[in-house]
Amino acid sequence: MSPTILITILLALSTLGYYIGRRRALVVGHDSAGNNNLHSRPIYYGSLTALWCGIPALLLFGFWLVFESTFITHLVVSDLPEAMQKLPTAELNLLVNKIKNLVDGNIVAGAVEAEIQAAADQYRNLQATSHAALVVAAISVAILGLVVVRAKITPLLRARNRVEQIIQYMLIGCSTIAIFTTIGIVLSVLFESIRFFNAVPISEFLFGLEWSPQMAIREDQVGSSGAFGAIPVFIGTLLISAIAMCVAVPTGLMSAIYLSEYANKTFRAVAKPLIEILAGIPTVVYGFFAALTVAPFIRDTGDLLGLGVSSESALAAGAVMGIMIIPFVSSLSDDFINAVPQALRDGAYSLGATKSETIKKIILPAALPGIVGGVLLAVSRAIGETMIVVMAAGLAANLTLNPLEAVTTVTVQIVTLLVGDQEFDSPKTLAAFALGLLLFVVTLLLNIIALKVVRKYREQYE
Amino acid sequence: MNNSHQNGISPDRKEERTLDIVHRGLSRRYRAERRFRFYGIVAIVVSMIFLSLLFISIFGKGYSAFLQTFVKLDVFLDPEILDQQSLATADYQGLIKKSLRGMFPDVTGRKDKRLLYRIVSSGASFQLRDLVLTQPDVIGQTLPVWVPADDDVDMLMKGHVDRQVAEGERRLKDKQLAWIDQLIADGKIQKQFNTTFFSSGDSREPELAGIWGAAAGSFFTLIVTLLLSFPIGVAAAVYLEEFAPKNRWTDLIEVNINNLAAVPSIVFGLLGLAVFLNFFGLPRSAPVVGGLVLTLMTLPVIIIASRSALTAVPPSIREAALGVGASKMQMVAHHVLPLALPGMLTGTIIGMARALGETAPLLMIGMVAFIVDIPTGFTDPATALPVQIYLWADSPERAFVERTSAAIIVLLAFLIAMNAAAVILRKRYERRW
Repeated sequence: MSPTILITILLALSTLGYYIGRRRALVVGHDSAGNNNLHSRPIYYGSLTALWCGIPALLLFGFWLVFESTFITHLVVSDLPEAMQKLPTAELNLLVNKIKNLVDGNIVAGAVEAEIQAAADQYRNLQATSHAALVVAAISVAILGLVVVRAKITPLLRARNRVEQIIQYMLIGCSTIAIFTTIGIVLSVLFESIRFFNAVPISEFLFGLEWSPQMAIREDQVGSSGAFGAIPVFIGTLLISAIAMCVAVPTGLMSAIYLSEYANKTFRAVAKPLIEILAGIPTVVYGFFAALTVAPFIRDTGDLLGLGVSSESALAAGAVMGIMIIPFVSSLSDDFINAVPQALRDGAYSLGATKSETIKKIILPAALPGIVGGVLLAVSRAIGETMIVVMAAGLAANLTLNPLEAVTTVTVQIVTLLVGDQEFDSPKTLAAFALGLLLFVVTLLLNIIALKVVRKYREQYE
Repeated sequence: MNNSHQNGISPDRKEERTLDIVHRGLSRRYRAERRFRFYGIVAIVVSMIFLSLLFISIFGKGYSAFLQTFVKLDVFLDPEILDQQSLATADYQGLIKKSLRGMFPDVTGRKDKRLLYRIVSSGASFQLRDLVLTQPDVIGQTLPVWVPADDDVDMLMKGHVDRQVAEGERRLKDKQLAWIDQLIADGKIQKQFNTTFFSSGDSREPELAGIWGAAAGSFFTLIVTLLLSFPIGVAAAVYLEEFAPKNRWTDLIEVNINNLAAVPSIVFGLLGLAVFLNFFGLPRSAPVVGGLVLTLMTLPVIIIASRSALTAVPPSIREAALGVGASKMQMVAHHVLPLALPGMLTGTIIGMARALGETAPLLMIGMVAFIVDIPTGFTDPATALPVQIYLWADSPERAFVERTSAAIIVLLAFLIAMNAAAVILRKRYERRW
């Protein structure tokens, strides 16, 4: 029975439970005189029955799906011949994969040994048994829930409170998903990173000056020792982010100032949404724009001026990333500029200051902490931005500060290391997780600081 | 000022001096004022220029992909070749070659013939096969058929090939150019609306490549995202806004949600790779996994938007509901939630628009695979629109530049439609309390 059918059956049972519960409540709720003695409205009795019928069964189903494969694999492996069980972990994993491929009916390379075929058959049998057991268990749990709740229904049963309690637990469950996501992120990158740092010392990763993650396929290959010094990657990331900030901060800040202090209402109503369109454009579009329009333009201009510009320059990626961030900076700055009380402006005007003097000497200093927080948020976004740099920055890890050369960034390296087929034992793929951990930690720190600063100063005048 | 009084200078004179100082600096200050104002305009103009450059360059490159060059062939559907038993595997390529030779009888020599055959796309034989399979009674007739031209011919017809370039550096040879010119003169080659682009999946041949596969993949991915993130997001927002006590636990949840909204998207891809693919063993390249990852990514956006929609509902509504004896849950479900729902929907649409344009996390979970088939379910291997754009942008053929831009135009059209829907929804249900 396929999972979809099982879920449909469970849902149907719950619906049935709803009607049974409601009917039961109506029956027991009316005394001989025809008065209604129910504590809650009948729909709550129905809902309670339906919830108790559906939720435990669905939970069972979920857990079963999660642990089934691990459990069966364990059983199958323990039945393998002694010699096979004593193989090193990597080879044992290969064997298990082969068995699973056989089970799925995929094409298997090489001859299939009798033991493996037997194991695959056993796996298939166990799987069938497990599926059948799951169907029986889930349906019996559902029916059990239905019957028990139905038996419990009396006019005194506080059905509404119970239903609301259950719903509240569900709401709590939904809001904790954020925490589980964070835990998931941390654990997933942390585990692989720890495995990486077992192979490559952490000091080499953090302070090494050479990054070339190519690993040998054979032991005796030439130039096969991968180098995992991440400094060039950091420098590349910082360089591109710095260029992006050089474009985004002045443009974003000045347009925010103009829109909030100088522009009249109609101009503002037109220009602000137009600038914000920049924020809604997918980054892959910016990447295409950078790679196909901006980078060749910069290269040709550089050639005219007699500068050697590489075709994938940090300048192109950074500039386009800056364009992407303009609306981010401008809308945040706009908020903070608007938050400066009018009294401060009026005070400055009454002393005879011009508008620009008021802005430069009064408003900007007052809004500065908030703006700095906003810029920090923008920096973290620039560091974590992927598609623009993947498409428009280079792959070679150059240790350079020259914006006309190709550099690589943390996100580019993660993508190039992990796209395509990989094995999860080589430091090459694990390095991507180490970079991911670093990216997560750095952007998280920046965000926390920025949010703290923003929150602190947003309330200053209230 | 005190000084001047002590020195016995008359008030008149003092006033003049202050004015002098003011006047002396005034033109300089006005200049600075104008300059500053000018910088502001420049900043806005620069952003506008960037925006229009982006749109112009993409539309300029992409609009031509909506037309495709077709060649008219008079194909004799030879009953000897088209044997009833093996219609599906007959030599349609041969028929097309024959009709090409018929159009240019003076082409001899194997090399020249091969050049001639290259004018027509390799997809032409499939088109012919489909025609014969759906209408078997055409066998034995000579039919005029419009078949897609090769992408190089297409590029020439659209003016992207420079005829002045030396023959060796050009993909079309002089002989081919002559044949194409003759076809143009005979009216047997023309540009028609490119339906292939909207109806087929990816292909290595630009003239056969379409976005439908990627659009279907995006659709399934977004369905999963919507089905999971909207209920969960609303539930989380309702709990945090209406029920949660103010304690360390809920503080932790709040801080977490705000931080997740700012975590780089590629990190979510790493999470999906490590947890959904490696730990739970879900299939690679599947919309299900893509949807799960995008759900985790858009949840914070939806939660934050939903919470602000909930705060916008005035407390008097809540008090009134509680006052007539509703429980807290009833107050939320019957009164607060319906009022906040339009705002929540707006936030959800914006979150979905962001998810539609997202690429990086999908790269991590293998949605970059080259997939020709149109996905029909949530677990079929699929790709998504932005990923398709990324894949095509990497292709060396000139014709793919045009198709990439066209795919971007389609994606942007979807995004603009979604954002417009959000704006309209907000306008329509905007309520002043």
